[in-house]
Amino acid sequence: MSIESIRVIASEPDPVLGYRSFQFGSFTFKRDAYFVHISWPKGVHTIEIDRFLRAMVRDIGWGFFYGWIFFDDVFGTQNHYGTVDIYAGTYSKGHRDTGVDFLENFNTDDVRVAFETISVNWINEGYDPLRAPMETGSPLGSKTREATGPLIRGFEPARRMMGLPGDVKPRSDASGHPINRAFADLSYDKPDIEIEPGFESQVHAFNLFDHIARADVTWNPSFTSITRACICCVTSEEHMLPVIHGNDRNEWFIQLTDEIHWNIQDKNTGNPRGRIVMKAGDVCAMPADIRHQGFAPKRSMLMVLENGTPGLEEKYASGELEPFPITASRW
Amino acid sequence: MSFKTKVASLASYEKGTIEVNDDLKHYAFSNIYEVANMSKPYERVLVASNLEYAGEVVRAEGTSAWYTAPHDEFAIVMDGEIEFTFFQLVDAEKPTHIHGACKLAGSPQGKRMGKVIARRGHEVLLPSGAAYQMKAAKPSVTLIQTCKGPESVEKWSEICVLN
Repeated sequence: MSIESIRVIASEPDPVLGYRSFQFGSFTFKRDAYFVHISWPKGVHTIEIDRFLRAMVRDIGWGFFYGWIFFDDVFGTQNHYGTVDIYAGTYSKGHRDTGVDFLENFNTDDVRVAFETISVNWINEGYDPLRAPMETGSPLGSKTREATGPLIRGFEPARRMMGLPGDVKPRSDASGHPINRAFADLSYDKPDIEIEPGFESQVHAFNLFDHIARADVTWNPSFTSITRACICCVTSEEHMLPVIHGNDRNEWFIQLTDEIHWNIQDKNTGNPRGRIVMKAGDVCAMPADIRHQGFAPKRSMLMVLENGTPGLEEKYASGELEPFPITASRW
Repeated sequence: MSFKTKVASLASYEKGTIEVNDDLKHYAFSNIYEVANMSKPYERVLVASNLEYAGEVVRAEGTSAWYTAPHDEFAIVMDGEIEFTFFQLVDAEKPTHIHGACKLAGSPQGKRMGKVIARRGHEVLLPSGAAYQMKAAKPSVTLIQTCKGPESVEKWSEICVLN
């Protein structure tokens, strides 16, 4: 179904703080020194600005990812792969019960442009919401100078495998990615490779841990290898995942180093389901009927196996597929 | 501020915990090193399975059979050192099944393609349609991104936390 294209509309800069406000569809986004105030025809919601910007730049960088991205318990986006819902209160019982929930569907490109426009205006030089909190400045206060450079940077996905001739290159000193302080205690050698002439695109290996250790972003995956529609995503995780991810399919987490603590909630209600602590070598499915949010006490390396088969989300939503990966007959 | 990165190994790992008000089978929580510790050499044990796609843990020890798959696979070495040797397949050896790794009946008859020696943290391409063999002088561990296939072993009740 095609929907009408909508452009984000910017106000004049606020005379005191200097930030613009933005109208996008029925939503209005206004920031002050500490908070963003999101309003829609039936309600208003306030989010702390650091949390909002950390969530928004990742949502853009992930291409709205698989399923739901909750900026907090009230506001977020749902990816329909071509269109995106922006919702407020849709998955919050209190908002639904009082009738102030609201959802609007947009073209994906329009949402991307709107979120980028807001982020560029609201991110000051010295603050980088993709970095870990200890590695960046503060978003608080009035507008100074707009940040430049790749603030909203997703990692270009590998097409087959990172480092193959013609494919995406791993991070390196030469690409401007030194080993992060939190991984400086590991050694990073290279695999020994012998290639017979003519097999340069077939015989290949690289140091995956070195690539992850050099990430200048957190909770922002890079695709490193692809088996048909199965995507290996690796990330460096520090502090907390700035969003709550609601799954529209099963995914698998593999903890490569250190540990991450995950809070698990029911996807539809947000009610707590429990808690998982993953340590190095642990493997755990994230079922298609949950939300999850991770907390990494120390920067860690995480691998996620995603199934990017188009249309999978509809099979889980309709009940054609059960919302967990290992069905009863396999136990 | 100093940091100590925690990695694990066959000899030393600490499993995490899962406490959910839900069926634990839905999460299939396991540990790569624990699985490898209870595996036979070159048993390809599923630890992740997403419809046809899979993650297999392999305990590499000694010399493996020759394997091939009709799609790319990727091996991430998680402990030790593993040598991967690659050969082209002749037409008669090419896989006819849909997905996952299978064993070759004998040694591959095509041209030698090359060799990779990989250690912890290295990712190795196991290219579609090639034959590969693994060797490890000491027990080592690799996680293979692949599809469920004829050699995949499922033993979820043995490897997963269920209470």
